[in-house]
Amino acid sequence: MLSLDNRYVPPVFITLILLVGHFSFGILESYPKTGLAIVTSICVELALGRIFVHKWLNPVSAYITGISVGILLRSPAFWPYAVCSAISITSKYVLRVKGRHLWNPSNFGVSAMLFLAGSTVASLSIQWGNYLWPMLVIWVLGSIIIWRLRRFHITGTYVVAFLAFALLRSWVTGSPWLSEVAPITGPMYQLFVFFMITDPRTTVRSKAGQCAVAFAVASLEMILRLYQVVYAPYYALFVVGPTALLIEAWIDSRPPDAAKQALA
Amino acid sequence: MKPAGKARLILALVFVVLLIIPFLLKQRSPGQFSEPAPHARQDALARHGFYLEEVARQAGISFIHHAPTLDHQLDSIMPEIASLGAAVSIVDFDHDGWPDIYVTNSCVGCENALYRNLGDGTFRDVAAELGVADVNQPGTGVSMGAVWGDYDNDGYEDLLLIKWGRPELFHNDHGHGFTRVTEQAGLPPWINANTAVWFDYDGDGLLDLFIGGYYPENLDLWHLTTTRIMPESFEYAKNGGRKYLFHNLGHGKFEEVSQQVGISSRRWALAAGAADLRGSGHPDLFIANDYGVSELFFNDGHAFHDVSEQTGVGFAPKSGMSVGFGDIFDQGKYAIYVSNISEDGILIQGNNLWVPVDGAGGNAVKYENLARDFGVELGGWSFGAQFGDLNNDGTLDLYLTNGYVSLDRNRSYWYDFSKVAGGNSTIIGDAKNWPAFDGRSLAGYQSKHVWLNDGAGKFTEVSSAVGVTDTYDGRAVALADLWNRGVLDVVVANQNGPLLVYRNSVVPENSWIEFELEGTTSNRSAIGAQVTLFWNGWQQIQEVSGGSGFSAQNQRRLHFGLGRAPSLTKAVIRWPSGKTQTIIAPATGQLLRIKEPA
Repeated sequence: MLSLDNRYVPPVFITLILLVGHFSFGILESYPKTGLAIVTSICVELALGRIFVHKWLNPVSAYITGISVGILLRSPAFWPYAVCSAISITSKYVLRVKGRHLWNPSNFGVSAMLFLAGSTVASLSIQWGNYLWPMLVIWVLGSIIIWRLRRFHITGTYVVAFLAFALLRSWVTGSPWLSEVAPITGPMYQLFVFFMITDPRTTVRSKAGQCAVAFAVASLEMILRLYQVVYAPYYALFVVGPTALLIEAWIDSRPPDAAKQALA
Repeated sequence: MKPAGKARLILALVFVVLLIIPFLLKQRSPGQFSEPAPHARQDALARHGFYLEEVARQAGISFIHHAPTLDHQLDSIMPEIASLGAAVSIVDFDHDGWPDIYVTNSCVGCENALYRNLGDGTFRDVAAELGVADVNQPGTGVSMGAVWGDYDNDGYEDLLLIKWGRPELFHNDHGHGFTRVTEQAGLPPWINANTAVWFDYDGDGLLDLFIGGYYPENLDLWHLTTTRIMPESFEYAKNGGRKYLFHNLGHGKFEEVSQQVGISSRRWALAAGAADLRGSGHPDLFIANDYGVSELFFNDGHAFHDVSEQTGVGFAPKSGMSVGFGDIFDQGKYAIYVSNISEDGILIQGNNLWVPVDGAGGNAVKYENLARDFGVELGGWSFGAQFGDLNNDGTLDLYLTNGYVSLDRNRSYWYDFSKVAGGNSTIIGDAKNWPAFDGRSLAGYQSKHVWLNDGAGKFTEVSSAVGVTDTYDGRAVALADLWNRGVLDVVVANQNGPLLVYRNSVVPENSWIEFELEGTTSNRSAIGAQVTLFWNGWQQIQEVSGGSGFSAQNQRRLHFGLGRAPSLTKAVIRWPSGKTQTIIAPATGQLLRIKEPA
């Protein structure tokens, strides 16, 4: 359970990323587009929360979703930002099993847009200028924050697995190892490893299970990359995340003895 | 059903609708091809008012461009590195009244061609006999582009050849030959350049010269000491070649003044254009940069001021490939078209159509990108684009060529490209970190775009319908009335491909007028001279250009389509010297040759 203070750490961090990125590199192609993504996300969350939970929900989660959409999505048009945010938040209310939503909202929204609107959107995210220092700052800050939130093991497992699989891919494909490492040095992955795969609402409960899921995401991503899928990490999380939650739900639904055996 | 259940059902339906929206909007998306297959000539004439027929071979042109082969350390990604060099420029070098064509080749030992227009529908390559063919000799680099301008005001257009290597200036000896004057002019020994523009920035009546570097000038791409030659970033790179502004001192000498006048940039320039965007009387300079933002410099006649961000054109980094100016609304104001890269599902930069915002003129001019609204946003891996009235209906249309590397149709390099492009500068900046191309294509075999302007804010894609069906890796586009018929023909230079000549047929009902200007006080090429034509309540402005698009130069004469039964009020010529000249009610269907009044 996040403390009140901790709950606001991720939105502050992601806002920091946005502001530092923008004022050093001008990452926001357009203020209105990012604003549209954030406003849509919060409005849909408030509306659906009011209708289905009968209260005004704290907009922090929706804010993170909106800002993630604003950063990750690249499109010259406005509508994808609004539609992606709406899809992301709505997915939380529609795609639920035993009271839990299955997908990280922005992962679902961005994956859906990339899959369904490929001619209009992309997520080739290069907004940090490919430079070293902002990457290091984000990684160090992000790691400290994620450590404080007690979720560093998820990020750590994924990163170690990614690097190991990069070596394996390099061996299989003959590509330079650094070319296989290149994606994780980009900003897309900073959001991916600090915000998407660590999302408390869409990860399994046990620490070992969380590490296993992170490893499974990296494993599926490795396979997708061998098939040259550009957005492999999104799609890997899209598949592995809900699958893990469904397995956990299935285990929870079994009698205690059977559940213990299943876990064993 | 309980109220909560109903609400959930409605929400599920809304969710499905949200997922369907991208599909629906894709169907309505502008930029889709209006016709799947070529239509007959008569259909095209009836529906669009013109038809383009590729006639290079019939016209005696059989030019094939060859890409360079650079240092062997770059072998694994050679198709990507050696992907530039096909260029075309139009010039009447011998003053016989027929536009000629100069085209570059880019392999060591390959020859450039100068196609003299014989006036009978055919051309003959005279480059070798006139001394401008064998310009890609070992150790001097290879050709990347050429622009023509009469730098010594002797009445004949001289040739500036840019290369990845030694730039060359050739003096035109009254149409009978060319003399190499590079050293006398004071040009530097090596620039890895892809763009150059002739313009008289200080209004002294002598043409000055801008050259934009792409790779840094200290790199000899045939003898590399390092493989760290790539851009440090895909969108924020500032480790490219420097920029040069050569001030014409007269007597065939130039002085490099870029730093003194405020042009200092190491972005990766691919295209540049000059036009008086504010009506100030001084040509402003627009640079389209690869791997970064565009740059716009306002010129006060003495110095240049970087107004890229202030005007709105230098904010979002893209991959600028081409720049062209056109008065697309017939309102006497230029829009600026900059081509970029778009690939479904991978990289959607979108081309930019910078349109001046109403009410903000002069130095306060601001631009907004209306490419999407106007339907000229998505052009694939776009390169050269030029405005011109292809059907003589009175509005400027847009011809765009594209396609990067066409090799194996079934295997793509996009995945590897996107993988490395997003990586840290230490990775992306070193060629040895890039996966091998291995015969794959990257944005290859792309369909070209011919966008017809309806004059009311919409462009319609008609390429296949009007006969443009080639899928070569297009680079440079130049427009010219090659056969003096009052229509704009299209010449396209393709990388590793043939030079294409599209002969235009236009419905005779649409009228036209052309202006060929000659400066006296102003530079004799009249580069920078503007003609504003008034007819039927419209006014269209055009400017004589010293280079535009990508590695291209249109004909110097200005062509105006006028539509049916036009009533011309007047033509106002503003010369670079500042003089204005008004021609009342000129007759249509003629080429007006006008000399600047004393």
